[in-house]
Amino acid sequence: MSATDGTGPLLEVEGVSVRFGALLALSRVSLAVGHGEILAIIGPNGAGKTTLLNVISGFYHPYEGRIRFAGRDRTHLKPYDVAGLGIARTFQNVALFKGMTVLDNIMTGRIIKARGNLLLEALYWGPAMSQELRHRAFVERIIDFLEIEAIRKTPAGRLPYGLQKRVELGRALAAEPELLLLDEPMAGMNVEEKEDMCRFILDVNDEFDTTIVLVEHDMSVVMDISDRVVVLDYGRKITEGPPSEVRTDQTVIDAYLGVPHAS
Amino acid sequence: MIYRTAGQFKTTYASDQAIFPIVQDRVVVTLALVAAFVVPPALASEYWLQAVLIPLLVYALAAIGLNLLTGYAGQLSLGTGGFMAVGAYSAFKLSTAFPHLDIVAVFLLAGLVAAGVGLLFGIPSLRIKGFYLAVATLAAQFFLIWLFNKVAWFVNYAPSGTITAPDREVLGVLVTGPNATSGARYVMALAFVAIFGLVAKNLVRGRLGRAWMAIRDRDIAAEIIGIRPLRTKLLAFGISSFYCGVAGAELVFLYLGSAETLAFDVNQSFLVLFMVIIGGLGSILGSFLGAAFIVLVPIFLTNAPHWLGLNMSVALQKHIELMIFGGLIIFFLIVEPHGLARLWQITKEKLRLWPFPH
Repeated sequence: MSATDGTGPLLEVEGVSVRFGALLALSRVSLAVGHGEILAIIGPNGAGKTTLLNVISGFYHPYEGRIRFAGRDRTHLKPYDVAGLGIARTFQNVALFKGMTVLDNIMTGRIIKARGNLLLEALYWGPAMSQELRHRAFVERIIDFLEIEAIRKTPAGRLPYGLQKRVELGRALAAEPELLLLDEPMAGMNVEEKEDMCRFILDVNDEFDTTIVLVEHDMSVVMDISDRVVVLDYGRKITEGPPSEVRTDQTVIDAYLGVPHAS
Repeated sequence: MIYRTAGQFKTTYASDQAIFPIVQDRVVVTLALVAAFVVPPALASEYWLQAVLIPLLVYALAAIGLNLLTGYAGQLSLGTGGFMAVGAYSAFKLSTAFPHLDIVAVFLLAGLVAAGVGLLFGIPSLRIKGFYLAVATLAAQFFLIWLFNKVAWFVNYAPSGTITAPDREVLGVLVTGPNATSGARYVMALAFVAIFGLVAKNLVRGRLGRAWMAIRDRDIAAEIIGIRPLRTKLLAFGISSFYCGVAGAELVFLYLGSAETLAFDVNQSFLVLFMVIIGGLGSILGSFLGAAFIVLVPIFLTNAPHWLGLNMSVALQKHIELMIFGGLIIFFLIVEPHGLARLWQITKEKLRLWPFPH
């Protein structure tokens, strides 16, 4: 899929700090994500999880530190350039294109794979048309994969929340990303929908060999599907490791439950 | 023929992606288009062609242009009149400076000039959104009209300040100027709106249309997918202004014959915006329906008292006309806020199930 050599981590975040005025949202956070890994980022509210995703996807730029993707520095790229590198993401509050059909939403996700030629597109002829059909065929595979065949012509805004989340995952997958950032993919879902989503995430990781970084509050999900867990608190990384270790780590328990004050 | 889709199976993605996937639609649209080219020039009276059909087609083109920008790309613009003026004055300058230039080329070049101006005034759209952008485009409207009033070069130093369409031929038939028949001018306007309507439809169902709608619906998500906001918005401004520019040139060359800047004042901008809103934002068909509504309803209301045999003073009639017209606009917006195009779509869906809706 890309020119990475397979050695070394896919994504490296080195000592990244982000500041909003006086608030230090991230403070010298470092982490590395290996090829094909599922990494979960957890932490209490306001720990800086979403900020970290926003830095990786280029919405914020760190005031110190570096971000390397596939061995190249990309600290200061814009969001639309980040997409071209092979990073896709979903949002905490679903950010679908509500007026467009499910099909169009996912087709839009393929836009970086499309080449523009205004004249041919105006005539809907030749390469412009065959390109449309090629992308349609690929998008249909995603639609099959996510089991949303029945709603492909439905406007996204009319779908229930759980399905919207699924369509958003489909839109991110359409770009054939190497790295998929998922911001709370299970938020607001019932148990069944969560199970479906877990299955899709594991399948994506398995079948397309996509590296996944997810932010999630549901601990049982995190413990079940992630290979490694990074814990943030007040903008700092307090620990990282396999789920079984993180679960029993005293600093993590303290971060979530608070520390008794010595009186 | 009954509106049924049973038995029409799509076996390729190409047939599913077609403009009119349903056979009946294809037949009706083809017939309507052929009829539009043949029937009115042969049968319609001078009044119908000149006062009804030609302005309808010209405004439909302008409405398509604004719909691309506002309905699809979500950028509210009140500069339509200004961009139409750019097209009209460019067409006038081009056709008088180069008398041998083909009039079709003149229209297209005038559209390109308007596209350039539109691009320029689209730059603020990267920073400004919604109503604030509308106000910024209003500046374009007033500045452009002021410019054409102020600089006599644009009207070739005519003391009256008007621009007049010269006589020009297409394939040996006079299509512009005082001596052109209304039938010829009608066919010219129809050809343009048919071709550019198709082009608009092709653009919005492809890559560019999806990029526009993505920017309209969620600009942040669009950016993360790899859509460049500035380039996409500027393309919308450019292409939209091209349509408005050609429509402006047609307004003078095919409809009015001669015009001053007054023909392109801010009322024109509002008129086209109303067409787009009433017809349906984000619908090419809606642009036609909206233009038809705004052009036809006042004419109908003007003639209605006469048909009913009522005698009333012209002033009273004019007032009643305005009141009913306003009432109708409110009525249609309450019945279907998404415009006449949605109403039509719902009708079609019901028709497919009729007479067994469950």
